[in-house]
Amino acid sequence: MQPFTQLTGIVAPLEALNVDTDQIIPKQFLKRIERTGYGPMLFFDWRYLADEKTPNPDFEMNAPRYQGASILLSKDNFGCGSSREHAPWALENYGIRCILAPSFADIFYYNCFNNGILPVKVASETVDQLFAEVRASEGYQLTVDLEALRIVKPDGSTIAFEIHPFLRERLLNGWDQIGLTLRHEDKISAYEKARAIA
Amino acid sequence: MAKTIYQKIWDAHEVYTPAGEDPILYIDRHYAHEVTSAQAFEGLRLAGRKVRHPELTFAVMDHNIPTKDRDKPIADVLSRAQIEALRNNCAEFGIECFDMFDERNGVVHVVGPELGLTLPGMTIVCGDSHTATHGAFGALAHGIGTSEVEHVLATQTLLQKPSKTMEVRVSGKLGAGVTAKDVVLAIIGKIGTAGGTGYVIEFTGEVIRALTMEGRMTVCNMAIEAGARAGLVSPDEKTFAYLRGRRYLPANKSFDALSAEWAQWASDAACSYDTVVELRGEDIEPQVTWGTSPGMVTGVSGHVPVLAEIADANTRLAAKNALAYVGLAEGLPITDIKINKMFIGSCTNGRLEDLRAAAKVAKGHQVDPSIELAIVVPGSYAVKKEAEAEGLDTIFREAGFEWRDPGCSMCLAMNDDRLNPGDRCASTSNRNFEGRQGKDSRTHLVGPAMAAAAAIAGHFVDVRNWDYK
Repeated sequence: MQPFTQLTGIVAPLEALNVDTDQIIPKQFLKRIERTGYGPMLFFDWRYLADEKTPNPDFEMNAPRYQGASILLSKDNFGCGSSREHAPWALENYGIRCILAPSFADIFYYNCFNNGILPVKVASETVDQLFAEVRASEGYQLTVDLEALRIVKPDGSTIAFEIHPFLRERLLNGWDQIGLTLRHEDKISAYEKARAIA
Repeated sequence: MAKTIYQKIWDAHEVYTPAGEDPILYIDRHYAHEVTSAQAFEGLRLAGRKVRHPELTFAVMDHNIPTKDRDKPIADVLSRAQIEALRNNCAEFGIECFDMFDERNGVVHVVGPELGLTLPGMTIVCGDSHTATHGAFGALAHGIGTSEVEHVLATQTLLQKPSKTMEVRVSGKLGAGVTAKDVVLAIIGKIGTAGGTGYVIEFTGEVIRALTMEGRMTVCNMAIEAGARAGLVSPDEKTFAYLRGRRYLPANKSFDALSAEWAQWASDAACSYDTVVELRGEDIEPQVTWGTSPGMVTGVSGHVPVLAEIADANTRLAAKNALAYVGLAEGLPITDIKINKMFIGSCTNGRLEDLRAAAKVAKGHQVDPSIELAIVVPGSYAVKKEAEAEGLDTIFREAGFEWRDPGCSMCLAMNDDRLNPGDRCASTSNRNFEGRQGKDSRTHLVGPAMAAAAAIAGHFVDVRNWDYK
């Protein structure tokens, strides 16, 4: 997994509450058995017109000024619904490495950490302010610094954020979960022995 | 010290907590289906890893499979490839698989309990958010992502942070015609779709105790729609009675010995929770969702909200977007909402009790001519067989409903069972998200009797006043 240390990038606004994983990637794309290549299907139903090819001009992220965005700004309860890891796969493949929102759904939140994506919980008022700033200036970029636990705005001011130290450590190092757990394989064996699991 | 069922199960499954890291939790049962497992098996192959305990994982095809003409080859190439991938992966890694025509096939969350694979005190995971269903048995059960599926296959454990605990106590008694689905929708309406985030919910109170095991599964199933990863009900005599004689019960112990062990998992009387939410059964009427999130719900005597009456700006924004999508006028009475399609089934409401309730409504009536499609999809082959033995299929057919083979079907519309743009569906499933049942289609979540009644009337009606024949 690719590590996440510091990221500077364009911020794309997605002003909706309860963005569910069905919206992030609709079910018709879950039939593939690959782990990559989901970027073009991201936000499919919102992103394209009925012909499923033409970008929907009313979908804000489609505007030229947000192309190449690596930071997504959204509202409460981002990633709710289905546990499909295709959602972070699609975001990552599209180029999103960091999501800023007041709150995230649990399963999605932890799925991000297995895919090198940093979900940052930012206070609701700050998010509203960021929406205004992003729209006010084309090319608006933020720097998200996971080591320093802060977001740096274009004017140099900062927003501090918190994250569980172990999740931070995992992202900073790009650690694979299975590798981490297998360091303690002896403990698992001992547990199984005690419970007589053959 | 008095413990909740969650704390008891957690304590019994915590393998080890490395300093400064997440606890390693042992997983007793892992269910796999075709949509979220292929990449996990591929990951194992690439890393040269094997499945640590193939005998603790059971797989079933359910999301993609057709619900009619199943004997014909699956036309959708990708669906077929995904089903074949699960079949091949199970063969390669030595995992038991309930294939499309196996009598044990069905929706994974219907099949696990009916086979006795889901037991009190277990930790259960599956790459599917509705794994919460199994919590009805007093198992700690929740959905995981595909990377975690791979982790469970490789290590039989999961890295987990402890959750906070929430008690949702439903006291009193339900009125006639009010079901488990109405209870859970009312709970979500009260606490919101993110109200349970970070929590495991234990459902308690007289109403929950009075529910059948099937009803408890319906309630726990939708814990995830309230944001909670897992929902739980402490096991009791009803739990044990349901499990008696099930196919996969441990063979090395008597049923009495097993029941005595299971009883130990129930929350201690003096335990406490981080948060407590209370509802009264008497206050709950049949529920209907009006928007694009399960929390956008009201009683059947209610109406679509008026935006100006919503105080919170964010809630108002979400309601405004939802109404634009579902094409409903502000203030419209729920019973004035006309539908053109109906779906009964899913891991929420695809069990025998659900089909019985719907058939009771359907009996002697006819689906309204305005209804273009009304399908009944049993949750499993076992449910289908039992329903047919009772003649429910005949009642449905005579009333104008289609009777199908089991599967996830129109709950998420991965197979051919999907809505067209502009369709409006009364659905017993669990999600009314935009496009969930088909692009630009509109979903109203209800219980099985309410769905059947809506199909017969052509619009939502209060099933408490139904003319049973």
